[in-house]
Amino acid sequence: MLRSRIRVIVQRLMSPPVLSALGALAVLAPTAAILATIVGWQVDRILSERTLDALRSDLKSFHAELYRGGPAGLAAAVAARSAERGRGSYRLDLPGSGGAIGNLGEPYEQVGGSGQVFEIRAASDGRTRTVAGIAVPVPGGGRLLVVHDMDDQVEFLRYLRAVIFGGVAALTALALALGWYFTRRFARRVAGMTETSRSIMAGDLSLRIPRDRSGDDLDRLASGLNAMLTRIEDLMQALREVSDNIAHDLKTPLTRLRNRAEAALRDTAPAAHRDGLEKTIEEADGLIQTFNALLLIARLEAGAVDATRTKCDLAGLVSDVAELYQPVADDAGLMLDMAPAAPLPAAVNRQLVGQAVANLIDNAIKYSAGTPNSAAGPIVVSVLALPSGGAAITVADRGPGIPSDDRDRATKRFVRLEQSRSRPGTGLGLSLVAAVARLHGGGIALEDNAPGLRITLTLNAPEKIGSSVPANESIG
Amino acid sequence: MRVLVIEDDRETAQFLVRALKESGHPADTAADGETGLAMARDSAYDVLVVDRMLPKRDGLSIIETLRAEANRTPALILSALGSVDDRVKGLRAGGDDYLTKPYAFSELLARVEALGRRAEPETQTTRYAVGDLVLDRLSHKVTRGGEVVPLQAREFRLLEYLMRHAGQVVTRTMLLEHVWDYHFDPQTNVIDVHVSRLRSKIDKGFPRPLLHTVRGAGYVVRDGDA
Repeated sequence: MLRSRIRVIVQRLMSPPVLSALGALAVLAPTAAILATIVGWQVDRILSERTLDALRSDLKSFHAELYRGGPAGLAAAVAARSAERGRGSYRLDLPGSGGAIGNLGEPYEQVGGSGQVFEIRAASDGRTRTVAGIAVPVPGGGRLLVVHDMDDQVEFLRYLRAVIFGGVAALTALALALGWYFTRRFARRVAGMTETSRSIMAGDLSLRIPRDRSGDDLDRLASGLNAMLTRIEDLMQALREVSDNIAHDLKTPLTRLRNRAEAALRDTAPAAHRDGLEKTIEEADGLIQTFNALLLIARLEAGAVDATRTKCDLAGLVSDVAELYQPVADDAGLMLDMAPAAPLPAAVNRQLVGQAVANLIDNAIKYSAGTPNSAAGPIVVSVLALPSGGAAITVADRGPGIPSDDRDRATKRFVRLEQSRSRPGTGLGLSLVAAVARLHGGGIALEDNAPGLRITLTLNAPEKIGSSVPANESIG
Repeated sequence: MRVLVIEDDRETAQFLVRALKESGHPADTAADGETGLAMARDSAYDVLVVDRMLPKRDGLSIIETLRAEANRTPALILSALGSVDDRVKGLRAGGDDYLTKPYAFSELLARVEALGRRAEPETQTTRYAVGDLVLDRLSHKVTRGGEVVPLQAREFRLLEYLMRHAGQVVTRTMLLEHVWDYHFDPQTNVIDVHVSRLRSKIDKGFPRPLLHTVRGAGYVVRDGDA
């Protein structure tokens, strides 16, 4: 318990923000010390120089007085100077003058220092002062002492050092506090992500990682993970739908298959027996067809198909498929026209695109046959090069069309719009077309052909041989 | 023709052997890749039916090994992997045909028979004749009873394929693969429509039909009853 707590604290201390704060401290502290030393030394030197200059100038003027007026003149000058405020302190001892002249009258004692800067303690108040002073002998006996107070300077230097060290200490404290704060914030956000991912793993796919919208690294990570989660949820949803639909759309023919086999078993007449078995096989073939289509779509959507693109003439490919269906259209009493198109070299998966076009034409024939509009015009198949380098394949029919509300649903797996329920088919045709289009970096669009339906299949940049399909999903 | 079925699922293997024998083709089975390879090496089979995923040695490797040893026995690959790329891989390994599971036996039989026929020395035939129907590959002309039958290019190729395999059942899938080079499922019975058009051109008005439908299997061009 304690050990784990310690480990948590150590972990937190070892976290990047705290480490960087400690690193800053390690650099800042010696720097501050050196800085304080250099600045203090320089300031001390300059200020001391100025004080000593003042001392020298005092001495110079006293020297001039002595020269001009003798000891008496000097004494007068010292007395006069001592009366001025804010200047130095003076003391002139002359033999036989009966006491010291000047404002440094009281007895004092030197307590430290040597040379021109020393400390004195006045007897009267016992206060120690740091001063700069010079004592010079006066000709004819006696001594002149000139002293300038350096307390202010010492105080200033002390203050300066305190400011520098205090500032650095405050900065360090701030850095540590910020580091701690960001570490805790970071840890809390990561904990939130972990918590969310656990819940998601437990089964709630609708959850998303909380974001703070700051756009920082963690936020972008959360955004990316959320986009991934949305994709996973979509796929899971699709999977669920597929299994529901498989259950529905495969169970019906499976039941039929079973019933037919049972009926064949009951039939004793050899001809009926045989007929029943043949129908059973037909039913099984239909099931296999549905199953294959399902598998292909699933593999296309999972990107599990290594879509080898080969260079071919797209216009030729489409007109070949149209030709394949020509007799079927004739039999259905429909016209099927291939709009003239110049050869269009493109790198596509010939089999998959062929199958997609086949599905489109097959649908057009299936749904137009016998409808009142079908006499209004032919089914028109056309191929168009797009300025973007892609190509658009369009199949336009004069059938009943699809109401605009239903067009999105039409490409979903197994969706067979109500009006088409009665017709044969797996209900997978358009979703296969859409999957093939996506694999080629394109898509499909359903439009009103007024009257009828026009489906456009776009393929992207088909002239680039062997180029992989770009993943153009944005994160957001 | 003698067929070797290399298939690890016992029930499937037994079903194939029985059905092949009933169709007049003696067949043996091998339950794993090593045994299959040894049997294919030692005995003279006319056709190999090889499952792609086998214990000990996979199907493609068996065929590759045989081809490396200059053994040209035609091989039909059976696989649950059905994409175009899987097919290409199978054919590149030296397989002669590729059939995706689940398959109809009639489909497998038709392909095995076509492969067995291919193994026989194929002379560069320029002219096929079935009854009074004659197809000339050089002049692209078809005559029935001496009368020229005008055919479109695709119809000509369809008839050419059927006549090359005269007497053999040819399935719809085989036609789609060889005449149109499509390996996908066209949903509607497009092939039936094409064949019935062709039939109306070559058989209509003649007392003996030559292009027959084999129910549940495909088509056959044959002089005589189906």
